[in-house]
Amino acid sequence: MQPLEAVLNHPAIWRGNDCARVAIPSISTGFPELDAALPGGGWPAAALTEIYAERPGIGELQLLMPAAARLTRVGRWIVLIAPPHIPYAPAFVAHGLRLPRLVLVRTSSAEESFWACEQALRHQGCGAVLAWIDRAPERALKRLQLAAEAGSAAALLFRSARVIPASPAALRLHVGRLQNRTVVRVLKRRGSDLATPIVLDLPNSPATPAGARRANHNVRLLETAP
Amino acid sequence: MLWLALRFPLLPLEIFTRGSAMSGPLAVVASSAANAAIVACNQEARRHGIAAGMPVAAAQALASGLRVFTRDVTAERAALERVAAWSFQFTPTVSIAASIEVLLEVAGSLSLFGGLNRLWMDVEQQAAAMGYTTFIAGAPTPLAAQLFARAGLSPRIRHYDALRLSLEQLPVGVLELSPTSSDVLQDIGIDTLGKCLELPRNGLARRTGKELLDQLDRALGRAPDPRPAFTPPGNFKAALPLPAPVTRAEVLLFAARRLITELCGLLAATGKGVQRLEFSLSHEDGDDTRFALDLMAASRDPAHLVNVLRERLERLALPSPVTVLALQSEMLLPLTSSSLSFLPDDREQVTSFVKLVERLRARLGRSSVQGFDTIADHRPECAWSAGEPGRESVTPMKWPPSARPLWLLDPPRPLPEIAEIPQYEGPLTLMTRPECIESGWWNGKDVQREYFVACNPAQSLLWIYRESRRNGGWYLHGFFS
Repeated sequence: MQPLEAVLNHPAIWRGNDCARVAIPSISTGFPELDAALPGGGWPAAALTEIYAERPGIGELQLLMPAAARLTRVGRWIVLIAPPHIPYAPAFVAHGLRLPRLVLVRTSSAEESFWACEQALRHQGCGAVLAWIDRAPERALKRLQLAAEAGSAAALLFRSARVIPASPAALRLHVGRLQNRTVVRVLKRRGSDLATPIVLDLPNSPATPAGARRANHNVRLLETAP
Repeated sequence: MLWLALRFPLLPLEIFTRGSAMSGPLAVVASSAANAAIVACNQEARRHGIAAGMPVAAAQALASGLRVFTRDVTAERAALERVAAWSFQFTPTVSIAASIEVLLEVAGSLSLFGGLNRLWMDVEQQAAAMGYTTFIAGAPTPLAAQLFARAGLSPRIRHYDALRLSLEQLPVGVLELSPTSSDVLQDIGIDTLGKCLELPRNGLARRTGKELLDQLDRALGRAPDPRPAFTPPGNFKAALPLPAPVTRAEVLLFAARRLITELCGLLAATGKGVQRLEFSLSHEDGDDTRFALDLMAASRDPAHLVNVLRERLERLALPSPVTVLALQSEMLLPLTSSSLSFLPDDREQVTSFVKLVERLRARLGRSSVQGFDTIADHRPECAWSAGEPGRESVTPMKWPPSARPLWLLDPPRPLPEIAEIPQYEGPLTLMTRPECIESGWWNGKDVQREYFVACNPAQSLLWIYRESRRNGGWYLHGFFS
């Protein structure tokens, strides 16, 4: 006879009262407060995550930077699909990403974006696929979830927070800001619901003292021709 | 010595039909004359009673739906040469033996390919992928292998002792003797090679000439039988006529797969890869459609090339049906073969990712899939550039910038002002002291700006600047997303 504890720790056993920690392969977010609230202790790998940003410029992309930096350092690829603006390479380097592992894909329609997402997700070398697709029918999301399961990458879909319809995603987060701090609410996760929002101080945010101090130098850059 | 004879009995027909999956009775005639003889026909035509040598009018009477092609000897020769080039991947000793036969000497290749069975299967499968019906026979002498293949047998004879016993069973027809010689043999009741070998040599030579004895000696290995060596060409060029005009991409892909198999065989043989494949599609009327597949890295993986082509064909608009598909590749680049490894290493990850990038590019366009690079330049919009995915930066960033946003706006967006305070969804509060950037006066794109991190009432963090020249004014240049 196995002790009950050993049986309950089996990965196939899911207990509704807690988020099952062993079952879900995840990539740590780099924020201990956030990791604690996520079922696998990080961004779920081989699964779809939706991130609803209240408005641009509130730190929704920074949430991913520590995980992305770690993935690129171990040689995994990060694919950015149909981002709304130019991903600014110097800032990505400042966040610790290895640039040669970053790929930008521009598309001309949502259909192309979904196709590119699927291709990238199915590739075993991808660590994370970040896509900006606002109008996503449920059928397309299900396909993405299946493609994510076929690979090992975290599928992260950024959408505007205007409408939050039902979705098959494994994890859904809402990112907002309150009193100069980033506030993450978990809308859906595997396991029980979480009512309390998570408040984060993003490390590289220029509003924090570290960032402000650097800007204080106020270097006047005068140059000569090369 | 182990010679494989590859015989392509339907080659005259298949050069016309292998571009698509065709059904129905098909035949090739020697010329366009009304009483021309059938050269080759497919299984379905044979079921109607049609055979090689039959006049075309008689054949058409037997099968009403018979499709007839006129023989093209030049195209046959070109096709056979491409087969010979393809078979170079199995051995360096390749020879074109007859109009529809290729010989490979494979004794030295057996251990590399994992034994005769594996090699044999490889040859069979790839020949089928090229769209050819193939008879393969293996024997210690080249002529014996040819004779078995002509008889439609596929023995794998390794020793001379076994060779004689098997050769004795063959009908004399496989020797393809002159009509007078075969008439003589028929008159004296000789129908197998075994009976020929029992006859006294002198008598046989007197009746049939030197030809028969010579062939028997070479087949048994008693006389030397040197074969001219085939040299593979330095580039690849092939055209495939499509039996019926094609409008759908997947049908074109079927035909292209034939040519890609031939190309990859040649590449494997010469240790090379291709980085650019040029396709040309001929139409019934109007100009040819031309396009090229550019790969990030040289490749000779047929499955990958077909995948990339599939995406490219899907976004190709055809003005009218296609009648001929041509593939050309002049830049054959050296490609080192990869060694096997237990663990996936970094290089392998890059090469497998290259395949994903190429698929994405084939459908979305080359410029839609990019990597990133940083440039040592103080002007924010000049501090990055698009690069090739996976390529290490040539100039590593020396100057770590102070606060830089993850999103950059190009071009910067002018911000309205109310009482000299810039507005973006409400008045902006400046969070930092100014960072002055003055640079680029030498190439006309000079900037003189004061950058700030700003926050609006909704607490979005923005990267804004005040223009120091001209009329001043505030601009939004990025989001700290």
